[in-house]
Amino acid sequence: MSPITKEKTNWFFACKVEDVPANGGVCVKYKNEQIALFHFARRGEWYASQNLCPHRRQMALSRGMIGAQAGEPKVACPFHKKTFSLADGRCLSDEHECAIKVYPVKLEEDRIYIGVDGGKETSAVPA
Amino acid sequence: MKIVVIGNGMVGFKFCRKLVERKVPGLELVVFGEERLPAYDRVHLSSYFDGKSAADLLLAPKSWYTDNGVRLHLGDPVHHISPGLQTVTAKSGITEPYDILVFATGSSAFVPPMPGTDQKGVFVYRTLDDLDHMKTAARKARRAAVIGGGLLGLEAAKSCLDLGIADTTIVEYAPRLMPRQIDQNGSAILQQQLETLGLKIRTNAYTTAILGDGTATGVGFEDGSSIPADMIVISAGIRPRDELAASAGLETGSRGGIVVNDRMQTTHANIYAIGECALYQHIIYGLVAPGYEMADIAIDNILGGNRTFGGFDMSTKLKLVGVDVASFGDPFPPPDSCRVIVFEDQVAGVYKRINMTGDGQYLLGGILIGDASAYNMLLQKVKNKMKITGKPEDELLGARSTGEAAAGALGLPPDAMICSCESVSKSAICQAVEDGHETFNAVKKCTGASTSCGGCAPMVKDLITYTLKSQGKYVRNVLCEHFGYSRQELFDLIKIRSLHSYDEVLDSIGHGDGCEVCKPAVSSILASLWGDMILAKGNDTAQDSNDRYLANIQKGGTYSVVPRIPGGEITPQKLMAIGRIAEKYNLYTKITGGQRIDMFGAHVGDLPLIWEELIAEGFESGHAYGKALRTVKSCVGSTWCRFGLHDSVSYAIRVEERYRGLRAPHKIKSAVSGCIRECAEAQSKDFGIIATEKGWNLYVCGNGGSKPQHALLLAADLDSETCIQYIDRFLMFYIKTADPLTRTATWLNKMEGGIDYLRNVVVKDSLGIAGELEREMQALVDSYKCEWREVVETPALRKRFTHFVDAPEEKDPSVKFEQLREQKKAVEWK
Ligand SMILES: Cc1cc2nc3c(=O)[nH]c(=O)nc-3n(C[C@H](O)[C@H](O)[C@H](O)COP(=O)(O)OP(=O)(O)OC[C@H]3O[C@@H](n4cnc5c(N)ncnc54)[C@H](O)[C@@H]3O)c2cc1C
Ligand code: SF4
Ligand code: FES
Repeated sequence: MSPITKEKTNWFFACKVEDVPANGGVCVKYKNEQIALFHFARRGEWYASQNLCPHRRQMALSRGMIGAQAGEPKVACPFHKKTFSLADGRCLSDEHECAIKVYPVKLEEDRIYIGVDGGKETSAVPA
Repeated sequence: MKIVVIGNGMVGFKFCRKLVERKVPGLELVVFGEERLPAYDRVHLSSYFDGKSAADLLLAPKSWYTDNGVRLHLGDPVHHISPGLQTVTAKSGITEPYDILVFATGSSAFVPPMPGTDQKGVFVYRTLDDLDHMKTAARKARRAAVIGGGLLGLEAAKSCLDLGIADTTIVEYAPRLMPRQIDQNGSAILQQQLETLGLKIRTNAYTTAILGDGTATGVGFEDGSSIPADMIVISAGIRPRDELAASAGLETGSRGGIVVNDRMQTTHANIYAIGECALYQHIIYGLVAPGYEMADIAIDNILGGNRTFGGFDMSTKLKLVGVDVASFGDPFPPPDSCRVIVFEDQVAGVYKRINMTGDGQYLLGGILIGDASAYNMLLQKVKNKMKITGKPEDELLGARSTGEAAAGALGLPPDAMICSCESVSKSAICQAVEDGHETFNAVKKCTGASTSCGGCAPMVKDLITYTLKSQGKYVRNVLCEHFGYSRQELFDLIKIRSLHSYDEVLDSIGHGDGCEVCKPAVSSILASLWGDMILAKGNDTAQDSNDRYLANIQKGGTYSVVPRIPGGEITPQKLMAIGRIAEKYNLYTKITGGQRIDMFGAHVGDLPLIWEELIAEGFESGHAYGKALRTVKSCVGSTWCRFGLHDSVSYAIRVEERYRGLRAPHKIKSAVSGCIRECAEAQSKDFGIIATEKGWNLYVCGNGGSKPQHALLLAADLDSETCIQYIDRFLMFYIKTADPLTRTATWLNKMEGGIDYLRNVVVKDSLGIAGELEREMQALVDSYKCEWREVVETPALRKRFTHFVDAPEEKDPSVKFEQLREQKKAVEWK
């Protein structure tokens, strides 16, 4: 997988690798937004999505468990365990639920950057 | 061909869906609906007061209609039809010509002619709009009266309770509740059950007026008496919506309903009527299943087939305020032609009646109250006219374990209807399994079985298992796509291979990357086996989210803090400490059902600070967030109580301190009572202890919650040491063998041999593992540490308790509270 870097993507510095627990997530503050950042250490991948779970509009996805369904990376909301694809944001457990927004992530040495603006494509980057 | 459907209710929608599935070339389908929402699940209307949203109830989203080329006009009732010109005209003025017209107008609530029904505060119970109106009015209402004690009336009464109106009366004209479905004795049991739940019931009451002067104030009866009420729900039956059909000259019945023949045609051959508005042989079928069958028949005939409707079984099963009520076949045939067997248990609130032919060979019908688990099986026996093979009373009392029930499902003929809502036969389900749909969800999707009321789900599951077994496939109860093992197998493998972290387990015996099902299950096994700190590096993110933060996430994203208060005993100093800390961090406080104090509304970043102070005051984690031992409740016992036989508080504290922090497949609750009066409610716990003259009685596998079950006596008159020894064995056996998220009650229900088997293992050591179980438990007891103390004392762990990784000192600005009484509460979500 290669990073999809659109030219208009705006990269901001989120945190350092060591700040994110392996195979878990943290919440990053970007202006007035909350972005969930996940380190899928098993696969050497990083993902980012909105922190808001669309189901009951709770700021919680960064505290959810991550995993995979038929190889597709996903996060489960801590509230009612709805699961969302980290690749394209769609809800995997309920076809009627809204999708979440996902962001591209890139790594420079031990620094993690999240791409905002126009970042709707696959966001996996080899670490 | 152009088809116009009037009415977008449950049956009208089913008609559209089935028709679309037939992929008829050149079909044009237009639907008019009077309500503002597309078709929704009216059967589960009441769940709207129970957490479901309107969107959850929709049978299909609006996009379904567009995607399938169905033109849907909502909020636009048809006002006029002209059979001569073959056109319909709606309120908006839209006129549509048709080749075929289908009435699916359903029915409306029947409001008996009497004075006062048009006042404020009077409601009917039929549509989502009705419910919205009730919701608004309920905020101010203090007393409710429901007129009508039939099926819908009882549901409406439950909704009044759900809306917070504790003083709710059901008024019924007949001498008993549900007069059309159940008999006098059954009604009496039902009434008694409903009364214990707080509903008031008044039978033999003929309502003559709604009192009030513009706003309802009460209900007046024929005998001159009255009751006060400011919310009145009329549920006195239904009235078919036939007004449009009648004005177009179609034949209607004298008591309402559009007359149809057995092909669902009205007196005009190209106009059909289906569902609750159709009158077939003088009967209105007020249930969805017959309506769905009518939709099928109409489609078949419209497309040139010749299937006919042959009436329909009116059996029903529902759960009212947690009480099962079912009536099937003929609930009360004339007494001289049949044999009746009745089983009644007034204490448990169970009443069962079956009617058989005079020779005891065939089942005719019956009534089940309080326990309707046998409903599906009995209904099938009636419908398929199956001969009764064993003793007739076995029909009432037998088929209790799932094994037997499945054997029962297997004994049915291939064309037996398993899912009557969706008309799915046994052979269709077995065929689906043979075609490779081997899970419940796959069969559901492929056949449609269990997608409506869900009542047939256990039978469908059993049929899947049995079909797989009969194909020689080993049915494995595997955890998820990442592990091909059951929890018990995993437990043994992890132990034998001495695996210590989630990743090690996944790498050596699983595949893929894990998920929210296997992570907590494996973490729980690791905790039960080794007693390592659950947040140790590498295992922290494999914990369930609540375990990862050692706190329960609550509405709005804050957490609750629950220190352990063993046995519910607390000193005044510690009470004051809780008060001081709660005040300092602005927490909501409440006494729990488990005799301790919950503090709500803590920001994730405050958790370590709060716990640091609690620990300094001598508290420790209460493990309220974990699948672990919760509380051991106690009554006051012999130290103060004049009836007490032993010191239940001291024993409860001893038990709670022994098993605190113990991880298990699910949460575990316990209680100790000082005598048979059972003030601690020990018999509703996973394990409960009651003092006797000679020692302690040990009860196991009870449950409160949504599926209450009494605990069963495991052993009697034990001394304190033996009792602990048995609990050690019992808990460890449960931890090693139960499926994930299975409470002890369900675990026992599934166990072959039941309580006798369990007693053999625990008391008689029939498996020869008692010593091992005790040793394993002792090792866990010895390795106990307070998780919160470790976090508070370990900077690396503490650091994870922040909301923003890049702004650790900031709290989540989206967290909002409201004021309620003198404390805060979370803002209501969506
Ligand atoms: C609270 C409640 C609980 C129930 N529980 C159960 C249960 O447990 N089991 C069971 O089997 N059944 C149950 N029922 C009954 C079940 O809901 C009905 O049998 C079923 O909804 C009938 O479907 P229908 O399409 O015929 O009528 P409806 O679902 O009533 O739909 C008819 C629709 O047509 C519309 N309409 C009427 N006239 C016009 C017009 N001129 N132009 C356009 N639209 C029009 C109406 O507004 C309505 O939306 C329950 C009903 C209620 C109210
Ligand atoms: S259970 Fe018995 S000992 Fe305990 S408080 Fe009740 S009456 Fe007293
Ligand atoms: S709030 Fe996320 S699943 Fe309900």
